[in-house]
Amino acid sequence: MLIGKVVGSVVATHKDEKLENRKLLVVQVHDQNNKPKDQYVVAIDSVGAGNEDMVLYATGSSARQTTLTENRPCDAVIMAIVDSWDLGGSNVYEKWV
Amino acid sequence: MYLARVIGRVVASTMYPGLTGVALQWIQPLDERGAPVSPGSGDALVACAVVGTGPGDLVSFVDGREAALACPETFVPVDASILGYVEQAVSNGQFIGRETGARP
Repeated sequence: MLIGKVVGSVVATHKDEKLENRKLLVVQVHDQNNKPKDQYVVAIDSVGAGNEDMVLYATGSSARQTTLTENRPCDAVIMAIVDSWDLGGSNVYEKWV
Repeated sequence: MYLARVIGRVVASTMYPGLTGVALQWIQPLDERGAPVSPGSGDALVACAVVGTGPGDLVSFVDGREAALACPETFVPVDASILGYVEQAVSNGQFIGRETGARP
């Protein structure tokens, strides 16, 4: 899994019918030091994430292992909302500050 | 499966239902010499820690869909899991992972 920040959402009215009623979010990937990368993914949300949330997303065939995405054309799914993380004993990100 | 070093811990209270209680840790993949894999191809990632590993530990991990099979609940959106704590690894006659982070 990788960590990223939700920076936007995607609205698509004309799409594969298997993707109907699925929330699509734009996630900008961050590295372990919380530095934004020039890398974005569109992921289906399975946990109720919102704008500016730091989230964890899974990619590849693993992304289909949720009730929301099973047997659907999806290769990225948001599966957790990150509260905090530390690296080498020092806190890098804290949601509630 | 690959070798990696645990470098940090992630706290997430909102997770996909089948994943509650599973620990998440940052891992840095290592090459055959035990050094971090070059940035770009081997960036640090977050994996489910289903065995009792912690920061500094040398571990083996699996990526892809198989990673979910290591979790208590197997139908979960997980693409990386730590499978075990590595006491010692030998590659090209060289021992790796004996020093830093070794448990007492």
